[in-house]
Amino acid sequence: MMADIFSASFITGLIGATLRMSTPIILATLGEIITERAGVLNLGIEGIMLFGAASGFLATLATGNLWFGILMAALSGVLLALLMSFLAVNLGLSQHVAGLGITIFASGLAMFIYRKAVGSPVVPPTVHPFSPLAIPFLSDIPFIGESFFKQYFLTYITWALIPLVSIFLFRTRFGLRIRTMGQNPFAADTVGVNVNRTRTICLAIGGALFGVAGAFLTLAHQNMFLIDVVGGRGWIAIAMTIFGNWNPLMGSLGGLMFGFLDALQLRLQSVGIHLPIHVFLMIPYLMTIVALVGVSRKATVPAGLLKPYRREEKGG
Amino acid sequence: MVGLSIVRRQTLPPWAEILLPVAAIFATLIIGALPIVLAGGNLFKAYSSLVYGALGTRFNLLETLVKASPLILTGLAVSFAFRARFWNIGAEGQLFAGAIAATAVGVYGTALPSWLVIPACIVSGFIAGGLWAVLPAFLKTKLKVDDVVTTLLLNYVMIHVMGFLLYGPMQAAGSSWPRSEPIMDAAHYPILLPRSRLHLGLVIAIVMVLAIWFINARTVFGYRSKCVGVNINAAHFSGVNTDMTILKTALISGGLAGLAGVGEVCAIHYHLLMDISPGYGYTGIVIAMLGNLHPVGVALSAFFFSCISIGSQTMSRMAGIPVYIEGVI
Repeated sequence: MMADIFSASFITGLIGATLRMSTPIILATLGEIITERAGVLNLGIEGIMLFGAASGFLATLATGNLWFGILMAALSGVLLALLMSFLAVNLGLSQHVAGLGITIFASGLAMFIYRKAVGSPVVPPTVHPFSPLAIPFLSDIPFIGESFFKQYFLTYITWALIPLVSIFLFRTRFGLRIRTMGQNPFAADTVGVNVNRTRTICLAIGGALFGVAGAFLTLAHQNMFLIDVVGGRGWIAIAMTIFGNWNPLMGSLGGLMFGFLDALQLRLQSVGIHLPIHVFLMIPYLMTIVALVGVSRKATVPAGLLKPYRREEKGG
Repeated sequence: MVGLSIVRRQTLPPWAEILLPVAAIFATLIIGALPIVLAGGNLFKAYSSLVYGALGTRFNLLETLVKASPLILTGLAVSFAFRARFWNIGAEGQLFAGAIAATAVGVYGTALPSWLVIPACIVSGFIAGGLWAVLPAFLKTKLKVDDVVTTLLLNYVMIHVMGFLLYGPMQAAGSSWPRSEPIMDAAHYPILLPRSRLHLGLVIAIVMVLAIWFINARTVFGYRSKCVGVNINAAHFSGVNTDMTILKTALISGGLAGLAGVGEVCAIHYHLLMDISPGYGYTGIVIAMLGNLHPVGVALSAFFFSCISIGSQTMSRMAGIPVYIEGVI
């Protein structure tokens, strides 16, 4: 049994699965980091991911086109994020309450449109999901090729997005504006940034990423829509945002860690290590809490987070 | 010259505080109408059958009250925590913790005298739920870990704890299903009215509404808890032990959610099973918000949600609308 664990195929399989499983977490974490850097906590993330999972799946089921599904998931994510923006940015409601409301609303709506579209068949409908894309030559490298270069196209995109989001936030004018606004919306307003509009744009970008992250689960990771398909991954992304100290690189590292634990528990089961399955399933969530305990005391929360912006209330 | 300046009113007048939730309910019904119309249903028929389904017959009305009991408790749990700005999103997990504890007493507490079984179930369920909420409160106060995230993640941990127990040590002998042995008869909540499922849980829920109202309005602790929510720094500098206040608030909040779990085990299912709660803990958040975090408001909004939940079963049948509309509303 130990020999099974240390075999090359187990390890390449584990690394490959880690990258796959971390894809939706990293996508959602990147979205949440952009959103929170602008000063808005979007607790609608879990519901938006579930709605993206449903709308992406249904769009693909109807048209047979996987990329159309991804597009619809992104669009529906944007729409729900705009609703969040209306509630939390324009009306200035409590971000906690508005976000949770969006999650509950979007989850209900996801279930509703799914049932409306497919009814209640005994066997849930499936789509032909994305297949892994082997990169020529690179995928032929022993071990490494198998693990790193036979992934889904969305996984490659996700990995490309990590440095892109970093550069966007830390090396562009727009990124500087976002960060200023997250720290001190009054300062940002003084130098001519339209705070509420910029927050809305950030929420929309985040919403698109949440939607795609959800659709990854139904169009690549699995090939059907189940009610618990997201299974708390949105909340994990919120945790990873804090864990990564609102930094895309660190947050993605956290996502990778969660993906690893998720992949490990699946793999250990498949080689027949008989610990009770539920103890395994608990591990990623427990480790996330432990990781948060480790970093939270020195976390530097964006100072403007949770604060709605009203020009006339100087000093907030 | 007296310098007058006009400032915006910071607080809402009392009539607005009552009117806003009512407006929210109307908005909900209007938004709820959209999918009904899109789904090709008859709006008037849909809503009239909703009201009939929830309140129209003795049976339906009693079922609505049965459903309201856990919702009142989880709504209270969330509202009491939110009032102190302890963002307890973990009522679902705390409900499970209470259900597990009550089952443990109800199945294995055979040595107890029978009059003591129900109180033991209630107390152990309250403590189990409370402790499951104290854990994230402790992480918040001592280690500054975000409470939204920890309470949420602990829901998933508790689901798997329950899965572990029900596929392992607590699984009923000879059963391949994830369910516990049935609890003993002495642990069954008494039924309040003959020919119904209306049980002690509703009384407990109403007593808790009054108790929380009393704590909020009449005790020093309730006042401190509110101060912590309004301005934690001010509370701290005026000598309130804010950490202890948050921990106590969490204990009560989790305990209330735990009681909802006790009720589901001791009065509805009579054993523990995986789907003991169709999301009562999460619905509790909406109920608490709609009830304006006030205990009486929570009781009313729990009743409203219960009406929709029970009513929509009939509504779906009569107007041909999927039951998931309830979730949307």
